[in-house]
Amino acid sequence: MRYLLTHLDTAWLLAQIHLRLSLVPLLIGLAIAVPLGGYVQRRPTLRRVTTVTASIMFTIPSLALFVVLPLIIPTRILDEANVMVALTLYTVALLVRAVPEALDAVPAETLDAATAIGYRRRARMVKVQLPLALPVLIASIRVVAVTNISMVAVGSVIGIGGLGTWFTEGYQADKSSQIIAGIIAIFVLAIAVDTAIMLGGRLATPWRRAT
Amino acid sequence: MITFDHVTKKYDDGTVAVDDLSLQVPEGTLTVFVGPSGCGKTTSMRMINRMIDPSAGIVSVDGRDIAAVDPVALRLGIGYVLQNAGLLPHLKVIDNVATVPVLKGQSRRSARQSAYQVLERVGLDPKLAKRYPAQLSGGQRQRVGVARALAADPPILLMDEPFSAVDPVVREELQAEMLRLQSELHKTIVFVTHDIDEAIRLGDKVAVFGRGGRLQQYAAPQQLLSNPANDFVAGFIGADRGYRRLQFLDGTGLPLRDIRTVAESAIDALELGAGQWALVTKPDGSPYAWINADGVGLHRRGKSVYDSAIAGGSLYPPGGTLRLALDAALSSPSGLGVAVDEHRQVIGGISADDVLAMINGRKGT
Amino acid sequence: MNFLQQALTYLGTSANWWGPSGIAARIGEHLQYTAAAVFFSALIAIPLGLYIGHTGRATWLVAAVNALRALPTLGILLLGVLLWGLGLVPPTIALMLLGIPPLLAGSYAGVANVDPVVVDAARAMGMTERQVLLRAEIPGALPLIVGGLRTATLQVVATATIAAYASLGGLGRYLIDGIKVRQFYLALVGALLVTALALLLDAALVLAARLSRPAGYDAPGSSPTVDG
Repeated sequence: MRYLLTHLDTAWLLAQIHLRLSLVPLLIGLAIAVPLGGYVQRRPTLRRVTTVTASIMFTIPSLALFVVLPLIIPTRILDEANVMVALTLYTVALLVRAVPEALDAVPAETLDAATAIGYRRRARMVKVQLPLALPVLIASIRVVAVTNISMVAVGSVIGIGGLGTWFTEGYQADKSSQIIAGIIAIFVLAIAVDTAIMLGGRLATPWRRAT
Repeated sequence: MITFDHVTKKYDDGTVAVDDLSLQVPEGTLTVFVGPSGCGKTTSMRMINRMIDPSAGIVSVDGRDIAAVDPVALRLGIGYVLQNAGLLPHLKVIDNVATVPVLKGQSRRSARQSAYQVLERVGLDPKLAKRYPAQLSGGQRQRVGVARALAADPPILLMDEPFSAVDPVVREELQAEMLRLQSELHKTIVFVTHDIDEAIRLGDKVAVFGRGGRLQQYAAPQQLLSNPANDFVAGFIGADRGYRRLQFLDGTGLPLRDIRTVAESAIDALELGAGQWALVTKPDGSPYAWINADGVGLHRRGKSVYDSAIAGGSLYPPGGTLRLALDAALSSPSGLGVAVDEHRQVIGGISADDVLAMINGRKGT
Repeated sequence: MNFLQQALTYLGTSANWWGPSGIAARIGEHLQYTAAAVFFSALIAIPLGLYIGHTGRATWLVAAVNALRALPTLGILLLGVLLWGLGLVPPTIALMLLGIPPLLAGSYAGVANVDPVVVDAARAMGMTERQVLLRAEIPGALPLIVGGLRTATLQVVATATIAAYASLGGLGRYLIDGIKVRQFYLALVGALLVTALALLLDAALVLAARLSRPAGYDAPGSSPTVDG
């Protein structure tokens, strides 16, 4: 607690790194997973293939992925790009299943009505189905964001930056106050990001509040 | 004008939803497709806006085979009302109504302006425009659904059991609204329902579908009631079609009998013989209840009017049908129906015998 | 690329498998941490989730417990070691923070999503509350409960690697030591092993999920979805 207050500027710098490492993959992952998920939603075999691949992907422990990825792409383990690619893969793996499920949740009757009054397929997807799928999708996005934040924190055991370094440093130096500060900082960060996404979701779905 | 030319719809598993349907929906009329569930009425209607394509046969609109028309362009020109309104939940009411004009390229602002007018036309308070569908009642949502269908002023309107999901009181209002709207707009309407009374009330022509998707009869409602084509149609219409036919007969010329009226204050002074009745009227002259000799006795002993008199039956309004006249007579405790004028003042009594005499006199019409 | 060959060679040498710090021992330790954490998590989370789902009370707890996911496991682990020394307790507790939320969420959602008509009928038949829970709700809730178990196990197996940072055993040993002494093929050995272990456990649990599904019941959520 006291440590945190006396090291706020370091905390802020580390937090920026941490956020960059967690959220950039989230955005890139969304940009990939939403079109991909939308594409496979109505194609059962492709959907099964992507779901199974995603499941396997998601099962690979993050530390393992950070270590293995440099063998496949030209990065080194501790490169920011390495971490971001790994986390993007996780984000896509999680969302490529969640996106079709969210799209499935939109009532068939509403989609039928939209077709009947004259929406074309793409317009219907973008203007009707996606907005209505948003609430379900937001829930998944929140979990992905928080998971990414903890994966970056865990990564500090192999040297990845961010607020997790306070854990490793504090442990080496036998400073429990630093560790506690790190816990608080990451906790606050995760809650803040989670709340921000939730509020963003609420703003984007004004019709849900109205009852 | 909508034409079905030997249209059949058969599915892969062998079910025949529509079997060799041929009929013409005249322009500017309201045609009802009616029948039990699974009879193909909704499937047939959905072939008009190409939500379903026929397996055989041709559906044409204004002479053009719609199979050659771009489905989306076709749908933008046809209004469609669904059972649960089918409003888009994430759009405000005004935007729901403005959907089709916007899809057709109109600017959102001008589309919204016209939408306000359409809302008024279907009888909705403009204050509801900025709300979301979830905030409206079922009846209000249905009206919005109709407004949305009318917004781009399409010549054709398709309505799929639009009033089935609301309670009877609301349904009655919506049906009346529908008739009023059609008398103003003269659209070509195809209306699907499973309720034969709704069909008879609303339709200029009624198409009765049977199991297996076969058309059983296509005629004006009166025709249906007086000359059902077969046992199925007769059975579907139901037992009292003779009585229901009376709603098409005008009651002008029915003799009005004298009714003895009495104000509430004068009840105690009344002398009634056995089997004699008097109509108690309210201070404004409108009918309240019937009272007989026993009731007068009760009233004299201190009972209230409410406990001494018996509530009256239905009223016969000016310009009413023979059906209303007969019902007024049959539902009255005294045997005499109460006829009133536009201000609900009692003008005379209707006797069931007179109604029957008039019906018999009209036989052959 | 010769890292991969080195790693595979290492795995292929039987001498590396046996002995107190051999591969088999490390796998055993890793499984031990995982099993302990998941077991105790289940012990707490499943009854709690069933209770909340059945009675409908204290649903705020589910959201609150979800907030636990925001607590960094590594931090808790290292703090625990600093405060209470080395041993099994700190990693178990830290990993339980990971295991409890999905198990609680799965148990709660499983019971809460059972068709209320079925529950109502059970009560009307004369079942006691416990019987309603055991016979009507739990069978229907099983796929989601097992789904929660699957998510929990996956996350714990993956994160148990950090125990090695606190001088404990487990497959994380290879990862962390390998990087520390810059013998990257060792890190790769750890990565391959922990991935294989995770995949195996996951496959076993998928089988369990499928077996637990009552006939004719297609319950979504029996695989780890994002909020499983």
